Amino acid sequence: MLNPALVAPRPASFAILRREMLRLYRRRGQLIQPPLFFVLVAVLFPFAIGGDEHLLRALAPATVWISVLLATTLSLEDIFRSDQEDGSLEQLVLMAKSLPGACALKALAHWLSTPAPLIAMAALMSSVHDLEADTRSALLISLVLGTPVFSLVGTIGSALTVGVRGGALLLALLILPLYIPVLIFGAGAVRNATLSTATGSEYFFLAGLSVLAATLAPFATAAGLRARLS
Amino acid sequence: MIKTLHKYASPMHFHAVARAWSAPLLWLAAALFLAGLVGGLVLAPADYQQGESFRIIYVHVPSAWLSMFAYLVMAGAGATSLIWRVKLMDAIARAAAPLGASFTALALATGSLWGKPMWGTWWVWDARLTSELLLLLLYLGYMALQSAIDDRRAAARAGAVLAVVGVVNIPIIHYSVEWWSTLHQPATITRLGAPAMATSMLIPLLLMALAFQLLFFALLFIRVRSELLEFEQRASWVREILRQARSR
Repeated sequence: MLNPALVAPRPASFAILRREMLRLYRRRGQLIQPPLFFVLVAVLFPFAIGGDEHLLRALAPATVWISVLLATTLSLEDIFRSDQEDGSLEQLVLMAKSLPGACALKALAHWLSTPAPLIAMAALMSSVHDLEADTRSALLISLVLGTPVFSLVGTIGSALTVGVRGGALLLALLILPLYIPVLIFGAGAVRNATLSTATGSEYFFLAGLSVLAATLAPFATAAGLRARLS
Repeated sequence: MIKTLHKYASPMHFHAVARAWSAPLLWLAAALFLAGLVGGLVLAPADYQQGESFRIIYVHVPSAWLSMFAYLVMAGAGATSLIWRVKLMDAIARAAAPLGASFTALALATGSLWGKPMWGTWWVWDARLTSELLLLLLYLGYMALQSAIDDRRAAARAGAVLAVVGVVNIPIIHYSVEWWSTLHQPATITRLGAPAMATSMLIPLLLMALAFQLLFFALLFIRVRSELLEFEQRASWVREILRQARSR
């Protein structure tokens, strides 16, 4: 028997989602920033590594994953900041019948605003890197399965550091160690695809991590928000 | 039962208990430490493969155990504070973090001191080493969060959430790192396959483990005391203690 307080009534969750989508649409110019940052980081790697084609192609999956990870981490601070500045965050905490549900919607909105455009850009970048078809599909599948963890776990960090001075760097320090499992399985899947070995297990691990994060992270985010705002 | 618990969880009472216990615990830890050192460094025979350098385990292994135990203390106290709002638990969680970080750093340092003669390098990307390093980073993140938030209670509650999230993640991180290193770490290190330990080597290790455990609790009590005094600086019992300290 579910606690009725935990299940968001449909109108409230719709309203929150609608608001998030509206915000996303109104700031659609900003949607291009994470992909731009991602491309810039990905361009830095060849300069640092040197012009060796083989080495660059071998490192391409790792560079794409790390660029996605960094671009996502930089965007986490924004999840709650504007809400905190205009006071609507406190209203959300006070009002929402299901704060964890609202937090899950926040994470979903973040995924749509940052990792989703990044994945689209990664699809483009993989042709720049001249990846083989198998590697490219492994890269995209692993990104789709793994990046929800970035958004969900990142929302916890964003809640904990809301309104803290120098929050972006602190947030990265708190959150990056928690991203490592996703990086291991995500980059591992791409590497295995490059070597033409089976990649199924990594996909299952990534999907499992996403489901686990979707189940638990909203509750931690809600607890974090209450801790910060009480 | 609840009443007794309530009494012991009150900051004033715990402060008194901690003050009474920290010195005896320290002395007991020192005695066991001495016994363990004599047993480990003098009485125990040299290892037939590793020679004398195996003796660093008498510091390394207890530190590694405590590095995990301290995180459990921190997260357990954090969860208790989140659920039941026990002030004392906030102080315990905040006090445990730097201790855990120190033991983790000690385990890493002694491990790489041992690794230099044994493996020929200070550091290898081995699963255990890597996850211990990540544990240190989790501790440092917790401490960074504590210092970033000015209000102590708010900081402690945010830290409690972080510590609980960390506890859920530590097994995931540990096993994924293990999986990563078994797949991608070339087997350059021939480690001893968990040899059964001779009793003369084992007893000093257990003594040292106990000494470290007692040391942890003694230091924890001392740190909790100062945390409590700062948390409760406006309470009358703190003023009373301060007045006594001044008049002495």
